[in-house]
Amino acid sequence: MKILVAVKRVIDYNVQIRVKEDNSGIVTDNVKMSTNPPDDNAIEEAVRIKESGKAKEIVAITIGEDKAQETVRKALAVGADRGIHVKTEGIVEPLAVSKILKAIVEKEKPDLVFMGKQAIDDDCNQTGQMLAALLNWPQATFASKIEVKDKSLEVTREVDEGLETIEVKIPAIVTCDLRLNEPRYASLPNIMKAKKKPLDQMSATDLGVDTKPRIEQIKVEEPPKRKAGIKVANVAELVNKLKNEAKVI
Amino acid sequence: MTKEVMEYDVVIVGGGPSGLSSAIKLKQLNPEINVCVLEKASEIGAHILSGNVFETRALDELIPNWKELENPIKTKVTKEKFLFLGKNKSISWPTWLLPKVQQNHNNYIISLANLCRWLAEQAEKLGVEIFPGFPASEILYDNDGSVKGVATQDMGIDKDGNKKDSFESGIELHAKVTIFAEGCRGHLGKQLINKFELDKGKNPQQYGIGLKEIWEIDEKHHEEGLVMHTAGWPLDNNTYGGSFMYHAENKQIFLGYVIGLDYKNPHLSPFDEFQRFKTHPSIKKYIKGGKRISYGARALIEGGIQSLPKMYMPGALLIGCDAGTLNMPKIKGSHTAMKSGMIAAETIVEHFRDNKSLSIYEEKFNKSWVHKELHQARNVKPSFNWGLILGIIFTGIDQILFRGKLPFTLKHKHADHEALMPAEKMPKIDYPKPDNIITFDKTSSVYLTGTNHTDNQPVHLHLKDPELPIKYNLEKYDEAAQRYCPAGVYEVQMENNINKFVINSQNCIHCKTCDIKEPSQNINWVTPEGGGGPKYGNM
Repeated sequence: MKILVAVKRVIDYNVQIRVKEDNSGIVTDNVKMSTNPPDDNAIEEAVRIKESGKAKEIVAITIGEDKAQETVRKALAVGADRGIHVKTEGIVEPLAVSKILKAIVEKEKPDLVFMGKQAIDDDCNQTGQMLAALLNWPQATFASKIEVKDKSLEVTREVDEGLETIEVKIPAIVTCDLRLNEPRYASLPNIMKAKKKPLDQMSATDLGVDTKPRIEQIKVEEPPKRKAGIKVANVAELVNKLKNEAKVI
Repeated sequence: MTKEVMEYDVVIVGGGPSGLSSAIKLKQLNPEINVCVLEKASEIGAHILSGNVFETRALDELIPNWKELENPIKTKVTKEKFLFLGKNKSISWPTWLLPKVQQNHNNYIISLANLCRWLAEQAEKLGVEIFPGFPASEILYDNDGSVKGVATQDMGIDKDGNKKDSFESGIELHAKVTIFAEGCRGHLGKQLINKFELDKGKNPQQYGIGLKEIWEIDEKHHEEGLVMHTAGWPLDNNTYGGSFMYHAENKQIFLGYVIGLDYKNPHLSPFDEFQRFKTHPSIKKYIKGGKRISYGARALIEGGIQSLPKMYMPGALLIGCDAGTLNMPKIKGSHTAMKSGMIAAETIVEHFRDNKSLSIYEEKFNKSWVHKELHQARNVKPSFNWGLILGIIFTGIDQILFRGKLPFTLKHKHADHEALMPAEKMPKIDYPKPDNIITFDKTSSVYLTGTNHTDNQPVHLHLKDPELPIKYNLEKYDEAAQRYCPAGVYEVQMENNINKFVINSQNCIHCKTCDIKEPSQNINWVTPEGGGGPKYGNM
């Protein structure tokens, strides 16, 4: 079995996001970037399946500018066998990403495609679903447990009501939740070895995909600041304020 | 369990200006030498914090064609100001009356973090292997007692010291020569100084704490290239310190405050002094209407040549501010750190080629311009023991009239941790509450640093005596750790009528101030799990 894992380079989750002064987007200069956290879970799960003998090859793919290769290198350092970098400029929307992934799937013919449930930068949560539609493959989203069976997967999904277990036939798309596993650390010797693993480069145009955005971004704003709280003297005042000012009771 | 071993010719601990310059120079002199750089931050530059007005002398020697390359050194210093601050007033001091070392034309306003990222790219192009996210946590010794290399930190240990599922053993890096370039108060450098008695016959090292914020300010107050320093308010005559304000590119200013860690009053909070300083009319007028976008703090070396330890030992060299090469009156350490690293590279190449002892480092260093600079600068910092006013008068005589050539050397008499006076004997300081516009609290400040340490890992701030903070420090110094830590790591909390000392180690921004200032040297800073700590952008 062959698993394709999509990883995205995003602003590190510890960094405080700053909106550009002209509201045209967010500041990405001088900002620490890293792999989208649930994508780390996706890679980890693929590596565990390979370690259990149920998969033979893991291919990690990323889409973006040159520096996005770092995320593929990291995937290679924790156990992916080879990498693909599809070079693009500017914003690439989920639909364009799905089309690129579809082109790669047709070339690579994987049995499974894993990725994070959503990226922490745009929070779209669309790519896996769109890719499933384009390929007409079954999908299992928000996976918190994956069991590989003979020709299917049993997947536990994190849904609003609790947990849902479904079975999907292979080939399939799985989007991974943070609860799926605890990603391993890349060890120093493995980072060195990863530098020697193959990494193919191509552009979206090579794959015949038009990545022009379909959505026009008008402006980006910071969420409104929370007002400072006040101290009330007693319960009566609190009840009064809740009733007459906040009008919640 | 034995750890996996990797062999290198040279292992460099720390990816700052000195370590990276050393790596580049080694490869330039002999591309065959294999060099590895370990860095505890998640990426190069993420733990670098500095003013920074950059003198290019060392870079001119290291990469003579740097101006022709795409580089992050953009803003030339165009104008300088020096102000003495009173509580509401300020007096401007003519810059032609400043000592030559404090004049900055031909220098550049830069982000040292970005310079380090750029140096790392140059080093990698030459074949240097750089590993961010891997702290060196232990020094390895050979049977003959010489340094054999370092071990990296184990990953995936829980707070009780047990291995988690994700456990990944650290590895041993063996090297013919190990270079320690951790910056001020490196935790391995500290061990080496003790073990090899590198500071024997030297004055105790002197430190400062530097706090810095980056602000994006209104165009009409921004003068790209302006360098401004202040002395005076809010510090009293007996506390050594001052501020900087550098107008960088993109409407940003680098605003900071440095306070000597030999301050006496345990009620003093360097963080709050910095916040208060920003309310002075001469400062506030620049940042009003602007936005604070970054915060950070880092200890720095102030001891100069009197306190500079021996920088070589069997199998290893100690460079940059891990030893202490900062030039205090110049308020600059990047160029001297870089040069000390380049000298280390030259030493190692001769050591390999001609089998010369590493002790030739000292000869080379003493003949270099770094030594000359530090020698000329040596009397400035100790003269401020007489207070700001006498210090300035003496510095004027020493630096302007005699150019640092007075025939005597003033001494640093005490280590910084010995300086604190009992709390009851010193005045309490009433700091104004933050307004969240110009001044802020520690929590919202630490938030801007992007600091994080993986949950459930051992506390990396070790107390030799866990009882001491409450039993001794609380009464005697009102536990000054609550105030000298610029990140709010240390708190005394009342729980069921019992005082409890709390260490919020996940907030630690790796400044090392606690390791330096704790009066009984009770706090030992060790490396947390790799990649932890701040994620500074263009600090």
